[in-house]
Amino acid sequence: MKSAKWIVLLTVFALLVSFQTAAWAKFPEKPLTYVICFNPGGESDITARIQQKPLEKIIGVPVVIVYKTGGGGAVGWSEMMRATPDGYTVYGTNLPHTIVQPMTRGNAGYETEKVDNIYFFEFTPNILAVKADSPIKTVQEFVDFAKKNPGATVGGSGEPSANSLGTAAFAKLTGTKLTYISFTGSGAAVPALLGGHVVALMTYTSMAAEYPDKIRPLAVAAEKRAKALPDVPTFKELGFEYVEGAFRGVAVPPGTPGDVKKILEQAFAKVNQDPEVIKKMEDLGFIMEDYGEDASRTLVKKWTVYYGNLLKELGLLKK
Amino acid sequence: MIEAVIKAFGHILTLKVLLMILAGLFGGLISGALPGLTATMAVALLVPFTFSMDPTEGLIVLGAIYMACIYGGAFSAILVNTPGTPSSIGTTFDGYPMAKKGEGERAILVATYASVYGGIVGVIFLLFLSPPLANVALRFGPPEYFWMAVFGITIISSLASKNVLKGFLGGAIGLLISTIGIAPIGGDVRFTAGFPQLQGGIELIVALIGFFCIPEVLTMITERDKTFHIAETKHEKGILVRTFMEVMKRQGNLLRSSIIGTIVGILPGAGGSVANLVAYNEAVRVSKTPEKFGTGVIDGIIATESSNNAVVGGGIIPLVTLGIPGAPPDAILYGVLLIHGLRPGPELFSMHSDIIFTFIMSLFVATIFMLPVGVISGRLLHRTVVRIPIRFLAPAIFFLTIIGSYSIRNNVTDVFIMLTLGVLGYVLKRLEFHPGPITLGLILGPIGEMGFVQALLMGQMLPNKWMIFFNRPLSWVLIVLSVVSLCWPLLIRQFAKGWKIKEM
Repeated sequence: MKSAKWIVLLTVFALLVSFQTAAWAKFPEKPLTYVICFNPGGESDITARIQQKPLEKIIGVPVVIVYKTGGGGAVGWSEMMRATPDGYTVYGTNLPHTIVQPMTRGNAGYETEKVDNIYFFEFTPNILAVKADSPIKTVQEFVDFAKKNPGATVGGSGEPSANSLGTAAFAKLTGTKLTYISFTGSGAAVPALLGGHVVALMTYTSMAAEYPDKIRPLAVAAEKRAKALPDVPTFKELGFEYVEGAFRGVAVPPGTPGDVKKILEQAFAKVNQDPEVIKKMEDLGFIMEDYGEDASRTLVKKWTVYYGNLLKELGLLKK
Repeated sequence: MIEAVIKAFGHILTLKVLLMILAGLFGGLISGALPGLTATMAVALLVPFTFSMDPTEGLIVLGAIYMACIYGGAFSAILVNTPGTPSSIGTTFDGYPMAKKGEGERAILVATYASVYGGIVGVIFLLFLSPPLANVALRFGPPEYFWMAVFGITIISSLASKNVLKGFLGGAIGLLISTIGIAPIGGDVRFTAGFPQLQGGIELIVALIGFFCIPEVLTMITERDKTFHIAETKHEKGILVRTFMEVMKRQGNLLRSSIIGTIVGILPGAGGSVANLVAYNEAVRVSKTPEKFGTGVIDGIIATESSNNAVVGGGIIPLVTLGIPGAPPDAILYGVLLIHGLRPGPELFSMHSDIIFTFIMSLFVATIFMLPVGVISGRLLHRTVVRIPIRFLAPAIFFLTIIGSYSIRNNVTDVFIMLTLGVLGYVLKRLEFHPGPITLGLILGPIGEMGFVQALLMGQMLPNKWMIFFNRPLSWVLIVLSVVSLCWPLLIRQFAKGWKIKEM
């Protein structure tokens, strides 16, 4: 009798354990789709491609990169709102895009709060840059130039974007009048600078890292200097209280279970520790960041306040 | 450099690399022939596979795919009147009428020879004239892009010479459709009717499938007795060599179109979609018999197919010298270079000359290989398509249109857009609006709009902002070209009338 009792207990226990491991083993058991909401070959694509291999190794399933482009990312993100929340589809997200699009468009197809970011892995600060052979050599010289030539042209990627709003914020800070000209991506703005069609670029550190002998970065809009540009001062060092740029992260469709999110969060955290990933990202001018799920929420809140105020001042707020 | 080229050939002429080129060519041909899979998508899809290869091999495969994909677009353009990629829009104008006359095989051969010719010219420019030509890319600023779009629109006057008014109306419809979505400058939401899905605008390839393919399928079904496969296919002996001689006799057309393709390729933001139509326009303009274009003459196919393959070499010129992608697929090649830590620019030629010359020479080899591969698979495909009865062919094509329009952005909305535009296209076709001008408007709308607004913003620094359009020499070249292109067909008609009167 007694042994039979034991057998039953053991069986129940074994069953429980196996259920438990089954639950653990459940995710992920099929390929993961990593959706990029921008064109192939762009910076979001490049960062995802750098993560792809190490991510596969860490979570043990293939990672497939898929593009859902359009509307400055909004097409992909509005689709994320309706995607199956099982954790098998993750979306690359960008700040300030997911903050400013709903603010300026009325109906962007998604809400900032519904974008469930699980990790922000890098920050790409704005830089103010001129052509390598330009007579303008410092930020102060640029400000002097802009004061003498009101409406001086500054190119950048997209509108509203970290570049466009950054130009507006910088103009306000320095009391200058700048004309921002939007191009269809960071790369598309570079020929305009090199061909002398714009005076300067408000672009990202990555562009200075990619075109070292053609572009002269004047300052970086970050708290600390970028590893790829050790000789370029920050705006803060020069006395301009100006920090701005774009964050890249990953999000899951709303309603994804917490334990699945945890697994993904930890996987992306581990990818960020991979020395090869760090080297490739930093060489391209990106600054490694580690914002887990909770930290991401705080980060988004902080910048939502900042951009809300800025857009209100610029008269661009729709809501 | 000669040393580097010889060394490069040494790397390429191994069984492994040659097989990789062949595989790339076949893959490219298939994706090119399927409407919906553009060269950009085909190259992007295969990037992950190149991670396991060394950078040179990866570039070789992607280059072969790119080259073959642009060429493969001609197959569907000729056989089912649907450009497989936007680079073959102009090929439908004369290719499909030829196929309808039972000359599909000849049309495919012409496209093959012209593509190989154009591809080689582009690669030669890439090899020998990269640094000086790269600066052309920088000379083109927003005002020039605006005038280039204006010039492009004037092409309509020769595309639609029979009814210029309907041509320009079609162009206007295309321009209007191109404004749907988020404005490229300023980010305003336009004409989305409250659908967030429309923020991405109307994708060109989706519109191409809608405007070209759906009306064709509907026509196939409604006019069953005039079916295409019944068209007598002439099996002629010696067609291979005879067509080759015919094509080679038109050196002027071949060379002019290839140079147009190379230059348009160098300009960032404009690719094969613009090049093939510009080349077609110029071919019509210099022709002594412009009225025959559109009825199935080989000159039309020669112009479009040689120019679009020249874009491949041309687009790589600013990519390797300045790090600025010329045509859209080059942006992906750029990404591959960056991921492998190869930074385009002068240092690429000095420090990694081995990789870069091997890549350039592999493009050359791939283009040559395209000849046998194209001749064999092109004729095979032609014979198959022609033999399939309409009751199978029409649904099969219809099925492909749905797959194609979905796959371009993995978006179901695009399928509905495609079907809507298809019905619109059918109605417009009935009203004798040609899809050519409409798609031209779609292609040039964003280029022109962006150039216009960006130039006006640039003009803020001038005393009068409108002066920005008229104070640059290159702008004037494009203005003169536009005026000539607009008036030429009309002048020709006037002259023709004059001559007739004299003869009488």
